[in-house]
Amino acid sequence: MASIFQGVGAATSLDTKKFQLSSLRSVTGRKASCVVMRSGGAKMDGGSNQISGRADQLVTNAVATKADTPAASTASKPGHELLLFEALREGLEEEMERDARVCVMGEDVGHYGGSYKVTKGLAEKYGDLRVLDTPIAENSFTGMGIGAAMTGLRPIIEGMNMGFLLLAFNQISNNCGMLHYTSGGQFKIPVVIRGPGGVGRQLGAEHSQRLESYFQSIPGIQMVACSTPYNAKGLMKAAIRSDNPVILFEHVLLYNLKERIPDEEYVLNLEEAEMVRPGEHVTILTYSRMRYHVMQAAKTLVNKGYDPEVIDIRSLKPFDLYTIGNSIKKTHRVLIVEECMRTGGIGASLTAAITENFHDYLDAPIMCLSSQDVPTPYAGTLEEWTVVQPPQIVAAVEQLCR
Amino acid sequence: MGFARAINPHPLPLLADTRATKPVPAPSSSSLFLGSTRTLRPTQTRSISSPHRRSAASAVAAKVSDVKLKSTTNLLVTKEEGLEVYEDMILGRVFEDMCAQMYYRGKMFGFVHLYNGQEAVSSGFIKLLKKEDSVVSTYRDHVHALSKGVPARAVMSELFGKTTGCCRGQGGSMHMFSAEHNVLGGFAFIGEGIPVATGAAFTSKYKREVLKEADCDHVTLAFFGDGTANNGQFFECLNMAALWKLPIIFVVENNLWAIGMSHLRATSDPEIWKKGPAFGMPGVHVDGMDVLKVREVAKEAIGRARRGEGPTLVECETYRFRGHSLADPDELRDPDEKARYAARDPITQFKKYLIENKLASEAELKAIEKKIDEVVEEAVEFADESPAPSRSQLLENVFADPRGFGIGPDGRYRCEDPKFTEGTAQV
Repeated sequence: MASIFQGVGAATSLDTKKFQLSSLRSVTGRKASCVVMRSGGAKMDGGSNQISGRADQLVTNAVATKADTPAASTASKPGHELLLFEALREGLEEEMERDARVCVMGEDVGHYGGSYKVTKGLAEKYGDLRVLDTPIAENSFTGMGIGAAMTGLRPIIEGMNMGFLLLAFNQISNNCGMLHYTSGGQFKIPVVIRGPGGVGRQLGAEHSQRLESYFQSIPGIQMVACSTPYNAKGLMKAAIRSDNPVILFEHVLLYNLKERIPDEEYVLNLEEAEMVRPGEHVTILTYSRMRYHVMQAAKTLVNKGYDPEVIDIRSLKPFDLYTIGNSIKKTHRVLIVEECMRTGGIGASLTAAITENFHDYLDAPIMCLSSQDVPTPYAGTLEEWTVVQPPQIVAAVEQLCR
Repeated sequence: MGFARAINPHPLPLLADTRATKPVPAPSSSSLFLGSTRTLRPTQTRSISSPHRRSAASAVAAKVSDVKLKSTTNLLVTKEEGLEVYEDMILGRVFEDMCAQMYYRGKMFGFVHLYNGQEAVSSGFIKLLKKEDSVVSTYRDHVHALSKGVPARAVMSELFGKTTGCCRGQGGSMHMFSAEHNVLGGFAFIGEGIPVATGAAFTSKYKREVLKEADCDHVTLAFFGDGTANNGQFFECLNMAALWKLPIIFVVENNLWAIGMSHLRATSDPEIWKKGPAFGMPGVHVDGMDVLKVREVAKEAIGRARRGEGPTLVECETYRFRGHSLADPDELRDPDEKARYAARDPITQFKKYLIENKLASEAELKAIEKKIDEVVEEAVEFADESPAPSRSQLLENVFADPRGFGIGPDGRYRCEDPKFTEGTAQV
């Protein structure tokens, strides 16, 4: 388990990607110094709204494959190493620096620096109004963030734990998601709602919730889940810059992941999935913490002779059906590994979407591994059995590829 | 504080003037009265037809004893202001009456909540605002939108569900929005607009203190009813607004009824204005059937907010002459109560005031009424002739950035699909 949290699997896979990305990026001489990286290699101006056509090629270059390049790449590569929560903070700080309308509100985000230290130091730098410590009133301060967004600010609303946002469901569903539509497009709600969720270390049922499934039906919002320092920073920046309301799902256990990220500014694409490991035999779709369980299982699978393609879907709503579809057309087998509950979860929606769009390409029924429909127990052993573990993933792939 | 707590407000006049000790009426069906057992103090005698308007400052005085009615030779409004307010009240009344007609003729559907009887609150407050100030309301929002300046034709079209409506027909009666006039809605669930209003006030403070727009003194008014005053969002926002001294005024339109739930049966302490001081802001009670009294209180509260002194809670005692909505049979309310309030119709009162104080002649007021009749009729014509939304409008405003619909299997963004603009794309 511990190895996952040193990001061993992730580090090797991503080092190569970053190396390749920095070679892809060209200095364009535009005013905007950052470039939006799309994993197809096509570039977009980070500041403009233009919708560029996607490159028709398969996503192969934004990816890491084997662990044979790290030594060379770390030596020659620029960039700086940091932990995931620091990456979030860096992204946040860069955006606050860039646009004075960006502000943060939440419980203990100011003087305390955030319960997971994502906003550490920001209140001292930007003041108590820009990094606002709110009273414990999720529904109201989320609504307040929405009202502020309607009148010109760009707030980031932090839920100390994602589960607390259940109290804000009224505001998130009715106002955040729907207001742009019911006002006939007159008001936009450029909020980012973020916070840690997922099953942690024996935190108990209420602090171990996964709300992706509850929010996914709300029309008008986007949901993304970060999983590495690199995509955490990129998605944070993209979410802040987006004019849509975005819910950014972080995971309690991933905050201390370490990775080297570029020094140059970069913004990722909110709607795209990330190719973690290309392969031929089976498509494994995952997100957030389960990515690491999948990568750990992948090591075992590779030793057993399988070649899994691992995609971190990142965008939970909407799904990147292009990346996913291309993969399915290649491998014809799909395994979804998620931490969400089985019933009505992201995996369920994804299964439906894949069946609808790519049924003809499937050689086997889609397999979906989700958490048990059980309130997360406190006991460590029980907790371990509620989430998907690498041996289960290995077994599932073996069954799928039979 | 700007003005102190109203220690002896005008009590809720559920009791007639002469009966001093009538107990709170128990509902007929149950033996145990589940409501406030506080006996309400008898109404003080005051003649509402007095030509000399009692200074509304009495509602906010710091003195413990009741302030004597002062007869003042200074009128509270100029002729211009008076006519403006009168016109606004007439617009509200005529418009709502027309809505009822149109509803029963099948031109508008769903839940329509009319404002008849409460015009003094809307006109009393909103006519003091600048264009940049914001108003947040509930589902009973037509008149708030009109007072703030949204054209009658835009509101009527919206009610008819036409594409020329202020929200392109997508909002409806309960969701009036106007970016131009800073009407931030229009909310169907009670209480959910109050945090939004708090956010708008937060932006105003942010602009002044962080973005250094030193002269930004925009205030926000949040209108809501007595039922909402028992809702968590109300209390949470009172706390935050007072904590950060936000430029917001919480205006409670206490019309004593939340559909069929009497305020007394729902509230442990029915004097809502008292909840203000509990959170550290002044709480004021005012006669919401008297537009000039409301206006005086509003001036003070808005002034406070503009100066950065923080929020105020204003409880306006008012009444809705019609049912909760056009679908409400309105059987629970006592006809005597309705008659009492009908006798205090804010428009009739104000008209009398204007005439008796020589601010306007009967003819001038009639001319205004005629003009408004024409405006409203024209609004109906306009709405009738406007087109209904076409299918292409279906998907347009779901996202401010339509890339939010994602990337389709073919690699293009779904919003680039030509069927998207036709409203038939799969999203």
